[in-house]
Amino acid sequence: MSIKISETLTFECETGNYHTFCPISCVAWLYQKIEDSFFLVVGTKTCGYFLQNALGVMIFAEPRYAMAELEEGDISAQLNDYQELKRLCLQIKKDRNPSVIVWIGTCTTEIIKMDLEGMAPKLENEIEIPIIVARANGLDYAFTQGEDTVLAAIAHRCPEQEDLIDNKHKNGNKSIDKLFSFLPIETEKKNKQSIINSKNKTPLVLFGSLPSTVASQLSLELNRQSINVSGWLPAQRYTDLPILGKNVYVCGVNPFLSRTATTLMRRRKCKLIGAPFPIGPDGTRAWIEEICSAFGIKTQGLEEREQQIWESLKNYLNLVRGKSVFFMGDNLLEISLARFLIRCGMIVYEIGIPYMDKRYQAAELTLLQTTCKKMSIPMPRIVEKPDNYNQIQRMRELQPDLAITGMAHANPLEARGINTKWSVEFTFAQIHGFTNAKDVLELVTRPLRRNNNLENLGWTDLVKER
Amino acid sequence: MKLAYWMYAGPAHIGTLRVASSFKNVHAIMHAPLGDDYFNVMRSMLERERDFTPVTASIVDRHVLARGSQEKVVDNIFRKDKQERPNLIVLTPTCTSSILQEDLQNFVDRASTISDSDVILADVNHYRVNELQAADRTLEQVVRYYLDKARRQGTLQLSLTDQPSANIIGVFTLGFHNQHDCRELKRLLKDLGIEINQIIPEGGFVENLHQLPKAWFNLVPYREVGLMTAKYLEKEFGMSYISTTPMGVVDIANCIRQIEEQINKLSPILLKKKVNYEPYIDEQTRFISQAAWFSRSIDCQNLTGKKAVVFGDATHAACITKILACEMGIRVSCAGTYCKHDEEWFKEQVQNFCDEILVTDDHTEVGDMIARIEPSAIFGTQMERHIGKRLDIPCGVISSPVHIQNFTLGYRPFLGYEGTNQVADLVYNSFTLGMEDHLLEIFGGHDTKEVITKSLSTDSDLTWNSESQLELNKIPGFVRGKIKRNTEKFARQNGIVNITIETMYAAKEALNA
Repeated sequence: MSIKISETLTFECETGNYHTFCPISCVAWLYQKIEDSFFLVVGTKTCGYFLQNALGVMIFAEPRYAMAELEEGDISAQLNDYQELKRLCLQIKKDRNPSVIVWIGTCTTEIIKMDLEGMAPKLENEIEIPIIVARANGLDYAFTQGEDTVLAAIAHRCPEQEDLIDNKHKNGNKSIDKLFSFLPIETEKKNKQSIINSKNKTPLVLFGSLPSTVASQLSLELNRQSINVSGWLPAQRYTDLPILGKNVYVCGVNPFLSRTATTLMRRRKCKLIGAPFPIGPDGTRAWIEEICSAFGIKTQGLEEREQQIWESLKNYLNLVRGKSVFFMGDNLLEISLARFLIRCGMIVYEIGIPYMDKRYQAAELTLLQTTCKKMSIPMPRIVEKPDNYNQIQRMRELQPDLAITGMAHANPLEARGINTKWSVEFTFAQIHGFTNAKDVLELVTRPLRRNNNLENLGWTDLVKER
Repeated sequence: MKLAYWMYAGPAHIGTLRVASSFKNVHAIMHAPLGDDYFNVMRSMLERERDFTPVTASIVDRHVLARGSQEKVVDNIFRKDKQERPNLIVLTPTCTSSILQEDLQNFVDRASTISDSDVILADVNHYRVNELQAADRTLEQVVRYYLDKARRQGTLQLSLTDQPSANIIGVFTLGFHNQHDCRELKRLLKDLGIEINQIIPEGGFVENLHQLPKAWFNLVPYREVGLMTAKYLEKEFGMSYISTTPMGVVDIANCIRQIEEQINKLSPILLKKKVNYEPYIDEQTRFISQAAWFSRSIDCQNLTGKKAVVFGDATHAACITKILACEMGIRVSCAGTYCKHDEEWFKEQVQNFCDEILVTDDHTEVGDMIARIEPSAIFGTQMERHIGKRLDIPCGVISSPVHIQNFTLGYRPFLGYEGTNQVADLVYNSFTLGMEDHLLEIFGGHDTKEVITKSLSTDSDLTWNSESQLELNKIPGFVRGKIKRNTEKFARQNGIVNITIETMYAAKEALNA
């Protein structure tokens, strides 16, 4: 092992000419996650066509999202924005009766400076449905960052801790105690029970939208360490938003939630637990450990649990060990995935990433560094705002065993004999926690396994020389 | 503002990009924010394209918003010129860039002085035209640009080819079965002894466009794209064009007769002879294509008077309506199109072949119409297929917008004599499936055994606590049964009686590993 290992992380920044999804795509998973919501994308045909094509069949399932399609009269301000939005929102209220309407601002509303934030509170009062505004536009953000803008906006609507505690105190101490004073033993028992169950008296709120099964898997892992998760942002229903406040600890489950984290810290005064993200068994363990240490709890059986998961991944690890990966970068999960794949024994040539928040991802970056050292492989280069054209030139030289890339490049790369995995699948698949580590490797190894089957046919390169 | 869930035709820039990327060695640069380049995804996925889509974006971001694009667009054009050495770069505005009102023409002028490629600005208004109109316009614009250029340089070729020849105009990428149609048209023209001068835009080189006027006539197979170009060529060079879509036995014959007329205008002078295609039409109609025979057969007799609804782009909806009504004796209750800009033509075409006409681009209106009519079969787009699914009515897909399954690997033209066979199959299969379904319903399903043996697990010894029950209910229906069985199997193996959420996940981990 005589590879020289650079100690520091190096960040490069290219031209930003890269392919990714528009951040309004977040409505696709958020409307499914928040069951009583309705997402209204205020934009043009271009946005609508993107949603309809990117979301495929979902559009036919009577989705709880729609376009408020801007027409020429809206752009040239011949029509009154407020009246127009009111008309559409009343129709939505009538047809679907949601508990919340989320307006997604787009590039067009930015350019014509439509004052969505100003109109929302007024309209909210008038139609009596909460209206949340998130500016998830392609001028400022990439793909998954759309969820970040929505969650940051929702964070403002979470109930405040103090009020509720005060109420509870009043009710709990006086009226209820008096009423049920003949049952003292029962109440005490209950209190004791909940204290035994969870050692954390300060509440813990996790943020990031995950399928409900994955959310309960993660909650369960924390329960095993006797930590009680008091709420999720977002919850399954808008009406169940978690309580936030000074004493609340918060921790992110996804690497692209830096605005939400900032909002929770600065505006809601929560305490942020900086941790690597629970992707891969190594990440999950580190994530749990950081949370436990914030609560002063010693973890139990975590090492064995991680070991056991690695054990169960053996077959996949044999496939990936020593293989090289190139992340073109489009969804901000790249650092965590690269870290996990390095731990699996892969070599990462390049981590392209749309945007790198070094503070929010600090713990993840540190874990990446230690993982590289541990596995004795060189630190990969991290390329922010990559340039797809340059990346393809680099890939031609490096000939990686696997390129993790968007769909625009996947088929052309395959035709040139480079195995690819669509990066978007990592966004929609269940990849968090111990239980789902397998799913990540299932995705990563699929092209490798497929090609093991086709290996001897002799037709890997399928383009004619020009 | 309009509340919209779905649209039939895409935004204008998609049309421009489809034309630009159909030509060989033409590169399009979109003036667009991050994420607007999903055209590349569509092309790469739907067409299963092996090459990188020649479309990049000059990204409009916050800085551009604040200070204007300045050198950025010019730099990007220049860079692409050096990297790919294209013949032509098409700067494509998007809805975002068109409201920024930057002087893109100025960028184009500046860029064309420093780059080796030709550079043009696509001339489309995002708020007035849709994808199809924009494609039509862009194709005309490119052709006009190169013919003007050739005229200036004196390289324009106006002398006709020695043998009869034709240009096929309007075949392009992401078009509904366009690749197959193109092959079929080539075959048809070859059978008629007509050479292909050029096919544009698909696979054409812009540097060859100056040879367009050499053809004896232009063939425009689809209404939506190519007519503008054909009209321009007629006006400038006196080239006649034929815009009858050769779809269905009757219209193929019409189209061939028009071709005959064209050729016989010039042939007696140039070749000292006349052509007669009647024997060819007769032979093909009666013996090569199976469609004429099919409409005589007992199968087709059973379809007589059955109700159908047709919806799609103007070309396909009109042609299919005529095929159903005249060639198969099916009753078309409603024919419709989303090509509102071509309403007049459409109405004129289908007027006598259907009970009512619907011109709309609102899919809910189409859905309501179908629900009201309750036809035995629908012929429409991907959207109508889904409407049909919901209403339990079979649907044959006959027009864009379509999904990947309509970009078939196998040979499936809609035009020409082979096309008539394909259409007949499509129509017949849609109806029989409907009939089969109906019979099955009457006689109570295929396989009654299945119902009895379905529940293998005896749900006696295991109890699901309320949380795990709740969790189980969150799992999508189609896998719930499997998860339940697996969890119970795992519970039995491990002697667990009370199933909790923990058990469920433990089971998942154990069984998947």
